[in-house]
Amino acid sequence: MNPANRQPDRAKSQHGDSAFKWLTLAMALVIFVLIGLIGFELLRGAQVSMHKFGWRFLVSSDWDPVNDVYGALPAIFGTVVSSLIALIIAVPISVATAVYLTELAPQWLRQPLIMFIELLAAVPSVILGLWGIFVMVPFLRDPVFPFLQKYLGFLPLFKGPTYIGSSMLAGGIIVAIMIIPIITSVSREILRSVPGLQREAAYALGATRWEVTRIAVLSYAKKGLFGAVILGLGRALGETMAVTMVIGNSSQIVASLFAPANTLASVIASEFNEATGPIYPSALFELGLVLLGVTVLVNILAQLLLKTFAGPSVKPQH
Amino acid sequence: MKKIIVSLLACATVFGAQAQTLINGAGSTFDYPALTKWFEAYGKTDDNVRFNYASIGSGGGQKQLLNQTVDFGASDAPMKDSDMATAPGKILHLPIVAGGVAIIYNLPGNPKLKMDGEIIAGIYLGSITKWNDPKIAALNPGIDLPNLPVIPVHRSEGSGTTFIFTDYLSSVNPAWADTVSKGTSVKWPAGIGLGAKGSEGVAGQVKQIPGAVGYAELAYADQNKMPYADVKNAAGQFISPSPDSVSAALATAHIPDDFRFSMVNPPGEKAYPIAGASWVLVYQQQKNAEHGKKLVAFLKWAITDGQKISSQLDYAPLPENVQQRELKLIDTIKY
Repeated sequence: MNPANRQPDRAKSQHGDSAFKWLTLAMALVIFVLIGLIGFELLRGAQVSMHKFGWRFLVSSDWDPVNDVYGALPAIFGTVVSSLIALIIAVPISVATAVYLTELAPQWLRQPLIMFIELLAAVPSVILGLWGIFVMVPFLRDPVFPFLQKYLGFLPLFKGPTYIGSSMLAGGIIVAIMIIPIITSVSREILRSVPGLQREAAYALGATRWEVTRIAVLSYAKKGLFGAVILGLGRALGETMAVTMVIGNSSQIVASLFAPANTLASVIASEFNEATGPIYPSALFELGLVLLGVTVLVNILAQLLLKTFAGPSVKPQH
Repeated sequence: MKKIIVSLLACATVFGAQAQTLINGAGSTFDYPALTKWFEAYGKTDDNVRFNYASIGSGGGQKQLLNQTVDFGASDAPMKDSDMATAPGKILHLPIVAGGVAIIYNLPGNPKLKMDGEIIAGIYLGSITKWNDPKIAALNPGIDLPNLPVIPVHRSEGSGTTFIFTDYLSSVNPAWADTVSKGTSVKWPAGIGLGAKGSEGVAGQVKQIPGAVGYAELAYADQNKMPYADVKNAAGQFISPSPDSVSAALATAHIPDDFRFSMVNPPGEKAYPIAGASWVLVYQQQKNAEHGKKLVAFLKWAITDGQKISSQLDYAPLPENVQQRELKLIDTIKY
């Protein structure tokens, strides 16, 4: 840009620039204000319950609306376990799909596959839940659960009655289906951003396709893929409707994945309408606060994990 | 131009004066079908009134009434004393409909079963775990009960149906009263059965799982063509739920003057024991004279003429004696 030529326009364009800058800043601030307000409202709503139960709320597994005694532990447990199940199922599928789409799939197949994945993301939660109740859960009840019990029944995870169907495992599988699209699309973007030079260098060394993918692509994109997984986890922790429909909604902590459970979000969604008195709604507000806290905590832990284990690898360029 | 604006303004004022009174209500989902039918039918007799009802659940209805954001609330459970105490004025309870809660189940061959409070409590407390339990067999001679696990299904969210169901079990089974007690949501014994959202959720789960048992409003059981049990009443008779047997329960239940009553397990011979009323909640002193007047007229109509309409929807009609007592209470509303 030549300052001499541009002199007359300069004042005007600066105006435009600064207006643009302030406008975008204001928009960005809206997000902060929103999160701040949500946190504040939750905190305010939870006052009564926090005052009454203190820290016991987090470690107690009582949930007794008749006597107005509440504890969040079963819901926290259910949220974390169902999200972990979802990740265990979704991550290999998503990352493998992303690798296939960017490295191996023939051009003509890529676009249709991507479309299908996006279609899966567009299925409303409640529809997935209905499908869960009428198709998935009966299928899990027979033959999947008895099969798992037969071969893995020595683990406490797969002990206990299999005939209920609505269970922690069912909840985890539904969440997995819901987070596969997001992890896949983000992973695909990350893998696409790996420079072609990396691959060419590996090929030049005589690496096979698998070796190229492993050495040049996956290890290069490690951090970004981890980020994709964290995005999926964030979604999994807060997933509500479909989970409520298949998890069995039982406030208990048991090892068996075949047993019904509940999650923070499902308890809030189920019980808020009919919560009366000062303490009950407040306890539900506190559950919301705990959910926010768990999400933040998981994200921080993930960042720390990334720093410790991922090492000084190169961050992918976006 | 000015003239046009003036005449437009004049028109607006005239229409404003003639505008319909809009009465707002909120609460019970159980009452929603009855109220909607009533609003429609009542609109034909008085076209100066319109109703707006938010079916947000009994708890929500109570809350909105306490915050004075609605003209009336509707609730499947009477308001607690502690909540009544926080209200800015005296709140009246007016029963508008009554309904039965059916015990539905899924067994091969759909046999018609007989049950009593002890069996139902035993199932939900986890002491009866198989369908061929001797207690069930003793009441059902001649029926081939399978060796199938019993899976009780309950409502996962707070609900008036749960209140009626647990109210009944508390009144017939001391062990239940001691451990679980009654409420719109309760602490279900851990590790027994599962929770499902909404009446349709409970009916859906029971249909899906062989050996499941659940509780749902009679209308749901009927619509889904599910078998339901005859339940033993206080007089020792096994009664099938129906609008008539619920009406019989209402007629023999002990109803105090403030109408905050429970009608489970009443003494009547033909009474179905698991039934409950649903209330409209209003302030005795109405804030807005116009709204108060219209609301009172509507309530009087609903508990008399309206009962014929609601009974078409599987609600039990209010017996004559209850109607008369309620009319007297409605007359105490001031506006």
